[in-house]
Amino acid sequence: MAKQTESIFTNPLLKWIDDRFPLSSLIKDHATEYYASKNFNIWYLFGVLSMVVLIIMLITGFFLTMNYKPSADDAFNSVEYIMRSVENGWLIRYMHSTGASFFFIVIYLHMFRAMLYGSYKKPRELIWILGMLLYFCLMAEAFFGYLLPWGNMSYWAGQVIVNLFGYIPFVGDTLTEWIRGDYFISDITLNRFFAFHVIFLPLAIVGLVAAHILALHHVGSNNPDGIEIKKKLDETGKPIDGVAFHPFHTSKDLVGITIFLIIYFAAVFFAPEMGGYFLEVDNFEPADPLKTPEHIVPSWYFTPYYAILRAVPNAALGALFLVLAVVLFVFLPWLDKCEVKSIRYRGWQYKFALTLFAISFIALGYLGLQPATGIYVFLARFFTITYFAFFLLMPFYTKLEKTKTVPERVVYKKKES
Amino acid sequence: MKSLFAIYSVFAFISGAIFAAGSMDLDEYIEGMNVKTSDSKSLQRGARNFFNYCSGCHTLQYMRYNQIAEDLGISEDQLMQNLIFTDSSPQDLVMNNMLKEDGDRWFGKAPPDLTLVTRRKSPEYVYGLLNSFYPDNNSPTGVNNHVQEASSMPHVLWDLQERLSDEEYSQFLNDTVGFLVYAGEPIVEKRKSMGVWVIGFLLIFLIFSYALYKDIWREVK
Amino acid sequence: MAENLNRRKFLSIATSLTSAVGGIFAVGAFVSTFQPSKKAKALGASIKVSLSKLEPGSIIKVIYRGKPIWVLRRTDQMISELDNENSYLRDPKSELSIQPDFAKNKFRSKNPEFFVVEGVCTHLGCAPIEKFAIAPADMGPDWKGGFYCPCHGSKFDLSGRVYAGVPAPSNLRVPAHNFIDETTLLVGENS
Repeated sequence: MAKQTESIFTNPLLKWIDDRFPLSSLIKDHATEYYASKNFNIWYLFGVLSMVVLIIMLITGFFLTMNYKPSADDAFNSVEYIMRSVENGWLIRYMHSTGASFFFIVIYLHMFRAMLYGSYKKPRELIWILGMLLYFCLMAEAFFGYLLPWGNMSYWAGQVIVNLFGYIPFVGDTLTEWIRGDYFISDITLNRFFAFHVIFLPLAIVGLVAAHILALHHVGSNNPDGIEIKKKLDETGKPIDGVAFHPFHTSKDLVGITIFLIIYFAAVFFAPEMGGYFLEVDNFEPADPLKTPEHIVPSWYFTPYYAILRAVPNAALGALFLVLAVVLFVFLPWLDKCEVKSIRYRGWQYKFALTLFAISFIALGYLGLQPATGIYVFLARFFTITYFAFFLLMPFYTKLEKTKTVPERVVYKKKES
Repeated sequence: MKSLFAIYSVFAFISGAIFAAGSMDLDEYIEGMNVKTSDSKSLQRGARNFFNYCSGCHTLQYMRYNQIAEDLGISEDQLMQNLIFTDSSPQDLVMNNMLKEDGDRWFGKAPPDLTLVTRRKSPEYVYGLLNSFYPDNNSPTGVNNHVQEASSMPHVLWDLQERLSDEEYSQFLNDTVGFLVYAGEPIVEKRKSMGVWVIGFLLIFLIFSYALYKDIWREVK
Repeated sequence: MAENLNRRKFLSIATSLTSAVGGIFAVGAFVSTFQPSKKAKALGASIKVSLSKLEPGSIIKVIYRGKPIWVLRRTDQMISELDNENSYLRDPKSELSIQPDFAKNKFRSKNPEFFVVEGVCTHLGCAPIEKFAIAPADMGPDWKGGFYCPCHGSKFDLSGRVYAGVPAPSNLRVPAHNFIDETTLLVGENS
């Protein structure tokens, strides 16, 4: 029998629900009596922003599915149908395409927060692992979704990525045939990618998000100082450096969400194509198996890994390095040997390494958009090395860090209004 | 501080990358280009130009006549008299009677549909193409084109380009390209005006939500 | 203290109201996508039917918004037949059925010569069959011409008016229509 929490409601209907469903205890455990540090900064906004974007994608995706046709003959036309013929269909489409790019902006910043403040360290390794699984699901979701408009870039990007699986020894060729369901990217492939994109991955993502948040609430949130606030409780048992999630963090997040929505809707209404990075120009013509685009480039959020793939001279090894580049993140909790969580109190080695890593990631992203010629080749190889060095040398340079003393209480400077 | 700097540099990098993108150098062919999709009179002239000079070969398969009329402020009578030269009704899509096989045979490649050409290629490309035909005896049409090498498109506007002044021809092209930009995205003007309202509303909401946040956090030491 | 509470209340209500307004507009934008699209409206637009080749006693069939529409050019005999006694009809004055105002007469049309009707039985939606011959063997000696629905035996006269004692509850529906000139009918609009 679950422990009976006292009902927070006076309303009889809500009390009736409380007798039959843990509504009060859920609200208390996850909102009104969940304590998180009072010194959250902007880096702590991106978790809730990714939930906002997820909800936007689910709702707009649902409405798109009402009018989209997942067949090779009709898909491209159905997208134009949504843009022109369905009332406000254009708005839903732009919200979905812009949302996809913003999802990755938000997630990359969200992951970077964990790297700044050691949020992946004990006891939060599982939150990090669940987050990485979410990252893999998001990449797959974006990849499957990108084929659906059946534009020419959709087709050829799909072709390139599916062919990567052909590099797996022994099973490669059969595997690519099984993924495609055909001998080439066809109507059959489109239909099954649609099923993955609309049903399987959204369900997986929602489930993993629930697990991710449950794991977080089980141990409590980290903070920019990397201090465990549960170590200092007041006489009522509440962390003295914590404030209740509701109403403190909910009201603060509401401001952050509003600012985010201003930026997001500015893109939706004034620059939905974003210079060809959110909606690629090659996708404004239908898929043509006989006409390869001049530059086959994946969406901008995949270009760092694309640059790594091309940097390696051998195609099969390149594919392997691409996978490693993504998978290495998972091992951060164990690669990082420094006891101190937050970058504020760590040695110069980590500060330097993380800065170099961030520069490498952005540089690789830019290089992935360029043709693989001339100086770009050298630079891609250079930054691939620095990228991998961040992870592979981490057990060594993090041991050398001379850390500063971590304070007992969080650093919170109250701004006078 | 460090994080703010990181964010700024990311944005600077990205916007730099955006502006650096773009392959062909069209500058020498787009002199006089000044396309305004907010000018409905220009779009009306552009529509007239399109249907008189282009629609014989090129379709706008995603556009309906009645939508063009509604968006551009043209009455149904004006539509029937000035824009519809086939036996189409106002609610029909803008098609023509050229069969693809015939187009392929006559031109090597059937004249493509133009609904999305300005999104696929850019308005500069279309303007530049219409502006850079030159005589070429080796070509079956007698002309060639700087923007689209070895194009099998004849210089449909040659007569116009000779009779009109440079300024008038530029205006003609601006109107026509403007119409094609509209055809590529009919909602272009409405989405910008809607955007102003949405951002305005969010700013008002920001004021209230910020005041509420400050009030709630007042007691936190 | 009270001032703080009032301020809190005011700000909470202001924020909630503003988000409710925003929410209504957002939901409205999404729900508006449900209405028929421009393509649906185009496909459902009024259709023109040319009557120049329609012989008296013949019928033209077209489809409007997914339903069969019949145009019957009545012969003089059919027109005079409709003048006669019609006590066997359930609703001879078309009080219960659906038709444009100008069709609320025994011809159920503006011009007795042309009869425009939806070919959908008002019982369960089958397509009735034309039975224009007078007193054929299968319809009996009292049959004066009209329509017969094979699904459950409903009978309608040459104005689509339903007989009493059959399953169909009302006369066949007459759609909105008008004659834009002598030989062209427009189905879908009344003026």
